[in-house]
Amino acid sequence: MKLEMKDSPGQLVAALKPISEVGGNIIAVLHQRDPDPDNHTLNVQIVLDLPKGRLDNLVALLKDQGVRIQRIGEERLLYQRSVILIGHLMHTGFSDTFDQIDSTGFAEMTELVMSMPAVNERSSSRITIKAVSRDDMEAALAILRRVSQQKSLLMIEPLEDAA
Amino acid sequence: MKVALIGLGSVGRGVAEMLAKKDDLGLVLTGIADSKSAFMDPDGIDITRVLAKKKKTGSCGDQHLSAADVIKKADYDALVEVTPTNALSGEPAIGHIKAALNRKKHVVTSNKGPIALAGKELRAMAKKKGVSLRYEATVAGAIPVMHTLEHGLAGNEILALYGVLNGTCNFILTRMAAEGLTYEQALMEAREMGYAEADPTYDVQGIDAAIKLVILANTIWDNGVKLADVDRTGIDLLTPDALRLADEMGCTIRLIAEANPKKRLLRVSPRILDKNHPLVFEGTLNALTLETDMAKQITLIGRGAGSVETASAIIGDLLYIRDRYVQRA
Repeated sequence: MKLEMKDSPGQLVAALKPISEVGGNIIAVLHQRDPDPDNHTLNVQIVLDLPKGRLDNLVALLKDQGVRIQRIGEERLLYQRSVILIGHLMHTGFSDTFDQIDSTGFAEMTELVMSMPAVNERSSSRITIKAVSRDDMEAALAILRRVSQQKSLLMIEPLEDAA
Repeated sequence: MKVALIGLGSVGRGVAEMLAKKDDLGLVLTGIADSKSAFMDPDGIDITRVLAKKKKTGSCGDQHLSAADVIKKADYDALVEVTPTNALSGEPAIGHIKAALNRKKHVVTSNKGPIALAGKELRAMAKKKGVSLRYEATVAGAIPVMHTLEHGLAGNEILALYGVLNGTCNFILTRMAAEGLTYEQALMEAREMGYAEADPTYDVQGIDAAIKLVILANTIWDNGVKLADVDRTGIDLLTPDALRLADEMGCTIRLIAEANPKKRLLRVSPRILDKNHPLVFEGTLNALTLETDMAKQITLIGRGAGSVETASAIIGDLLYIRDRYVQRA
């Protein structure tokens, strides 16, 4: 989110404090040190991770501090993974799988690249999934694993560092 | 220290040649056997002559003597067991190893079958008899995995491990990625280069890597896992398109063996890895990453097979035994 606040001591701390109060986690603070000379205000961009449903609360708290919110850009899905599936993807009616993952609400498929050699040959596909959290990503991958097994597809996953 | 050598295939020949060449190691060969014959001399065998005889006639010694005779009767401190691996029964190697341990002789082997199938029993037996059973050469060829675990990382808790434990698969995947070859074409090339067996099943279906994973897991965690416990997928169903799709995102595919007891994970499977990942390299090399509590990540890379490379691991084990147990050199 992009915030505008008074260029006076203690303002930035005052603006950050409500974030931890609502259980948010600050990922980055971009502090632009060129205050607007006319308004004596300062622009600050904050990247944060917020539990579901706390945003309204945070907005209210920030307003109480006299901080003006210029813009809130919500990137809901943070985690991204790509897997490769090999097999008769088209013949096995795969669209229901996409629906299954999307309908969970916590993860969605954002890209599908497919190559189909000849009609009866196995196709190869790269599927990219985005999810809100690591757990949600794992849940989405579990759906893909289960479906791959049912449909005799070979699923190739990325190697995550084990520990 | 006196050494008896059972098995004169590629590995056995490598060991014999290196013992002949490096005569300052204090290792004297007093017994030798191949599948058809055997030869003993308590004062030391003329290795060069025996190898020449083997080359000329196909047998290394006396046809009336066998490996069993050498193991039971020869004068030796350590037995080197390098007969061909049988992953199903482990024989005749298990019998050879037991017979030597019963005589309170140290044993060094490159044979995966006995260690994967009966490792626990054999280790217990060696302990009871007060001798050493070492098998550095069973996993990742020349790479000193066991020595690293035992000494370099002593005191560390090993949290997880993952690696490339089959050079044949790594070669095939390298060629598929580099040239856009099909699996069949790359396999044919591996055969021509002498990297793949006539029956490539053990390699390409991940069985070989899984056996090594079982040996590592049992050695590190003593958790009694077996080959059947490994969740295993090979590389024989991979397509050139799959490698291309990985390449498009700066990645490639490698056959990765991994174990993580806390996650109850024991798996061999093709995986997507960033091209800059330490486990991505070309050709027939092997590598292993160990995750530990103190040292964090340690990755070892090296030759995973080969006659002299495997002999390196075996001779390392022999010298360890010499220094630790046998003072006469």
